[in-house]
Amino acid sequence: MGTLNIIMTGIGGQGIILASDVIAEAAMVQGLDVKKTDSIGMAQRGGSVISHLRLGNIVNSPLIAEGDADILLGMEKLEAARAVIFLKEGGVALVNNYAVSPSYSKDGIKKYPDDNAVSKIIGFRTEKIHFVEGLKAARSLGNMRAMNIYLLGALSNYLPLTSDAWLISLKSRLPEKHLNVNLKAFKQGQKEANCAGIG
Amino acid sequence: MEKRKNPDQVTRLLSGNEAMALGAYHAGVKVATAYPGTPSTEILENIARFQNVYAEWSTNEKVALEVAMGASYTGARALTGMKHVGLNVAADPLMSASITGVKGGFVIVTADDPGMHSSQNEQDSRHYARLAKIPCLEPYDSQSAYNFMIKAFEISEMFDTPVLFRSTTRISHSKSVVRIYSDALNGSTQPGFIRQPEKYVMLPVFARARHPVIEKRIDKIKEYALDCSFNEVIPGNTKTGVISSSIAFQYAREVFLDASFLRLGMTYPLSENLIRKFASGVEKLIVIEELDPFLEEMIRSMGVEVTGKAFIPVTGELAPGVVARLARDHGLEVRYEKEQGELHEVELPARPPSMCPGCPHRGIFFVLARLSKRRKMLTANEKNTTNEPGVIITGDIGCYTLGAYPPLSAMDTCACMGAGIGQALGMEKAGLEDSLIAVIGDSTFMHSGMTSLADAIYNQSKITIIILDNMTTGMTGHQGHPGTGVSASGRQATQVKIEDVVRSMGVNRVEVLDAFDMENLRRAIKSAIDCEELSVLIVRGDCAPVRPRSHASRVVLAESCTRCHNCLKLACSAIHDDDGRVIINSDFCAGDNCGVCEQVCLSGAINIKGRTV
Repeated sequence: MGTLNIIMTGIGGQGIILASDVIAEAAMVQGLDVKKTDSIGMAQRGGSVISHLRLGNIVNSPLIAEGDADILLGMEKLEAARAVIFLKEGGVALVNNYAVSPSYSKDGIKKYPDDNAVSKIIGFRTEKIHFVEGLKAARSLGNMRAMNIYLLGALSNYLPLTSDAWLISLKSRLPEKHLNVNLKAFKQGQKEANCAGIG
Repeated sequence: MEKRKNPDQVTRLLSGNEAMALGAYHAGVKVATAYPGTPSTEILENIARFQNVYAEWSTNEKVALEVAMGASYTGARALTGMKHVGLNVAADPLMSASITGVKGGFVIVTADDPGMHSSQNEQDSRHYARLAKIPCLEPYDSQSAYNFMIKAFEISEMFDTPVLFRSTTRISHSKSVVRIYSDALNGSTQPGFIRQPEKYVMLPVFARARHPVIEKRIDKIKEYALDCSFNEVIPGNTKTGVISSSIAFQYAREVFLDASFLRLGMTYPLSENLIRKFASGVEKLIVIEELDPFLEEMIRSMGVEVTGKAFIPVTGELAPGVVARLARDHGLEVRYEKEQGELHEVELPARPPSMCPGCPHRGIFFVLARLSKRRKMLTANEKNTTNEPGVIITGDIGCYTLGAYPPLSAMDTCACMGAGIGQALGMEKAGLEDSLIAVIGDSTFMHSGMTSLADAIYNQSKITIIILDNMTTGMTGHQGHPGTGVSASGRQATQVKIEDVVRSMGVNRVEVLDAFDMENLRRAIKSAIDCEELSVLIVRGDCAPVRPRSHASRVVLAESCTRCHNCLKLACSAIHDDDGRVIINSDFCAGDNCGVCEQVCLSGAINIKGRTV
């Protein structure tokens, strides 16, 4: 296979790095080459986070060139819009229907973009934009921390990874006491996205 | 050291830092030391998890290097790890370690931060290898980080030299598949120190004799570099030859698809024969390297025609798209045919880094920001008018440096670990009439604040020093330091109490303050800057992410809120302005762990959800 390039983005505390670790581990389990790298800036919580992940037969750079990502998973809407520069023409954008306003910025006059604005910005690159209800799902699962794995489930519909590989990876990367709710979140995300024609 | 028993290999997904740690463990490292610093921190964190290895968080990088040097002198394999600026702190013992040489293999890891993701400068630490006349190894992915680390200890012993192991943010923090050996070398040889003053006591008389030894040593390593396993030629077309190292090699591989490559794993010293041989087989020779033209200048000085920095910048972090664009503009053939980055210009609100909700530093910075003398000074600065003496705040390295950002804007300098105290002292001695406040973190105080405090006491300074004590090394992800009393492996250690240190050094005016008690903070600051005496205020509160989550959240009572927006001036990412209406995000609010916003609200409109008013 060629290289599949995935950008995942959101804000610190959402579990983006863990989610991309799970994909990378699953790819490795399946015998693929994989590289990933995260940019986390200086803040522990609340700052922009972006993770680059590439899988294929041979992967060189862990960083994805601008305009070269096949898939963008935005766990937060503003960050999804910001990262669209990495998406290739006609790539897939999965956007979590979840907004966190920046607390303060010097350019505070700039408004948080509404859904139409986000769609318009991503629309410069692709028409394949899917909003995913990660927040609603996490609330119904009773665990906000499972939002990332729910979104991973939705994303899994696009990835050439077997359910065995996913299971091994989820088991190895998640703490045991949170495994069950996360497995449930993964399956629910996969199924609900599938029903919505995502994948 | 005994031979590996089981050469069977397994694969694991590892970051560069994890791979270096595992490589060191499999090489039989016995003593490992570090001071935390992004992007190097996880090397020691991972080594600390292994059995039979002594791992410590040292007070600073200089001490870390010296501890590892001592261990090496006994024959034990030793490693020390730090970020690039840490190597500046450790430069003195580095030079000495070079001249004495080693006994047990001695590896010094430095992790550079091109692009300054989390650093005050970007520097190319490979220059230190040249300065110290020691070999420099540069891995290009996690597999080579693992392999090179094992080999690094071998060449250290083979040539009686410390080895500089240079990583970068993208090497340390990228993850890739690593085939690992399934067992570790048994490094439990009995330590023994054999007295050799002519090798270990660098009195001028002995050091003079050692200098020619290290010059001969680097010549021998140069010969070794000709066909060592660190360097590899990857044949391609004869039109373009690319010499590269580290992560830049990966970008170059993406961009110059069919070129010939010379990938250098040992970037100092270079084998002239190797370079000439490779150069003679290609029409055009280019070097792709991040930061300085370290390789390029050495190659050019051999009389070999080469280009690189003519189109690759010396500033910032490289990326495949950057290399492609610049190489194409320079007339070179690249994989990415069209411009990839073009996008309609869209203005999005920035998300600047800010202190976490519940951060114990927020309250004190708010108090500093709101001091009337400081506000008047800032207004006068803006209007370019003269003013009464104000309040100058010299800063330091840590999460609290975020206090420099607006709306707090409560920091005026930030140079390097420990610099704030010395800078405030210098401003005072220069005759500045403003009140001078130096802020420094607890870990930073241990690292290099104690010596400058001694200077301030000795030289009868009257500045105010605020030690922001969150009882951990916060920014790098909660590592221990002497003030915490917890060791690198999580065991109980002897605690060095900051207030005891400060008092015993001779400061009479010392106060320990609760970081979340705004009124008391305000009182203490005012009295400290008004008094004619050196004051040390220790502002103590737990780092937010290590506290158990509080499920209570504060809310804004819309009917009481006068929209004065005082709370927004705290720069808390849980509080935001929605068209003039202030909203607290209950998913982020630290609830019972904080309460600073409730205390700064002028109209009593902030309360805990569900609490009766």
